[in-house]
Amino acid sequence: MIGKTLCSRSRPGSERLPLMLLAVLGALLTVGCRQDMHDQPKIEPYEVNNFFADGMGSRIPPAGTIARGWLREDSALWEGKDAAGELVDTLPMALDQALLERGQQRFEIYCSVCHGSTGDGQGMIVRRGFKQPSPLYEQRLQEMPVGYFFDVMTNGFGLMSSYAKQVPVQDRWAIAAYIRALQLSQNAALAELPSPIQDEFHAALTAAESEGDGVHHDDAAAEHH
Amino acid sequence: MAQIFRPSTNTIAKMSIILGLALAGSLVGLLMAFERSTYRTNEGVVYAQPVPFSHDHHTAAMGIDCRYCHYSVETSASAGIPPTDVCMNCHKEIWKDSPMLEPVRASYRDNTPLEWNRVHDLPDFVYFDHSIHVAKGVGCVTCHGEVNKMPLIKRGSSLQMSWCLDCHRNPEKNVRPPEEVFNMEWERPKDDPDYGAKLVEAAGIEGEQRLTSCSTCHR
Repeated sequence: MIGKTLCSRSRPGSERLPLMLLAVLGALLTVGCRQDMHDQPKIEPYEVNNFFADGMGSRIPPAGTIARGWLREDSALWEGKDAAGELVDTLPMALDQALLERGQQRFEIYCSVCHGSTGDGQGMIVRRGFKQPSPLYEQRLQEMPVGYFFDVMTNGFGLMSSYAKQVPVQDRWAIAAYIRALQLSQNAALAELPSPIQDEFHAALTAAESEGDGVHHDDAAAEHH
Repeated sequence: MAQIFRPSTNTIAKMSIILGLALAGSLVGLLMAFERSTYRTNEGVVYAQPVPFSHDHHTAAMGIDCRYCHYSVETSASAGIPPTDVCMNCHKEIWKDSPMLEPVRASYRDNTPLEWNRVHDLPDFVYFDHSIHVAKGVGCVTCHGEVNKMPLIKRGSSLQMSWCLDCHRNPEKNVRPPEEVFNMEWERPKDDPDYGAKLVEAAGIEGEQRLTSCSTCHR
């Protein structure tokens, strides 16, 4: 053993040089590996993929197919229509505070740009030149069944595009419920409001009057709108 | 026979060892600094796009919520690049004759996608998911920068692993209440030192061991 070890030490260069050269070559080869792992052959969302004629990595499901869990059996939920094809006038889910709050949040995101936060049809895009929609709280729309609003969101109406892509079914119903709340609020008389809100309003009004200053009066009124 | 080396050679030999090490060390340091520079990470770099879309105009000036266009951000890994239909929701009426928007109209007419150049691109071995970050209270602005002030979109952060880990180690420094995630102007209250810790607790964000485990981001 000792003899063998000594022997190999006696001529180091001749054995190690090829090994070292091999190591250097190996290290050079790894330089090219980096991007392979960074950009793998798998398709990421929206990635270009030239395997397909249209170059789109994200594929559209073939016509007539339904993804698991997406069978639209419940026509009231998915279309806002009953078995006879008439627009439904009841929500296909329970109405509670959470649903209305969700509806308010989604209305602010997707609808207020045109319809305005109160549904008056004076949203930013309308102020920039888009055709003004009817106020959501006008008499004609108050008389529409709730399924009507769901139907318009789903299929579009006039210049309004379908929002089915941007707003999932459950949220469209939440917005429809919130539109009912807007219709109620925009046509409500002060005497119909809960007494704490009435008190708050009167207190603000009194405070504004005692200030006796038009500017302050406007501020207080604006706060309570 | 005269000696080959003078006594001062000792000093030169020692100095050359120190200098050699210093040189090797600074070379490594230089390479590390280079890898972290914005030249390499492209942080703050604007990418050429088919249409000069202004986030500044659409969000800050028009008041459109991030989710109007990026509507899958709350439910899926990808925040979503809006299909051309979404642009046309407004632009079939607004600026409908603008030459700047011709690529958008062409895309709509011919049913071909607009080819945007990706700005925030993580390596494919990172499994980033927008929905969980949004649900736990990481604001858009935290990673993407002040997009509401960008006439042309630029990369908001380095996207390096050390940057990810900075937050995964100390989420309390970066999270906000879930309802403020999409608010680009939100400011963290300065009076409460435990503010972040409370949010982490309320959101049920797991501890450092879980957040920095390899398989949290790589699989």
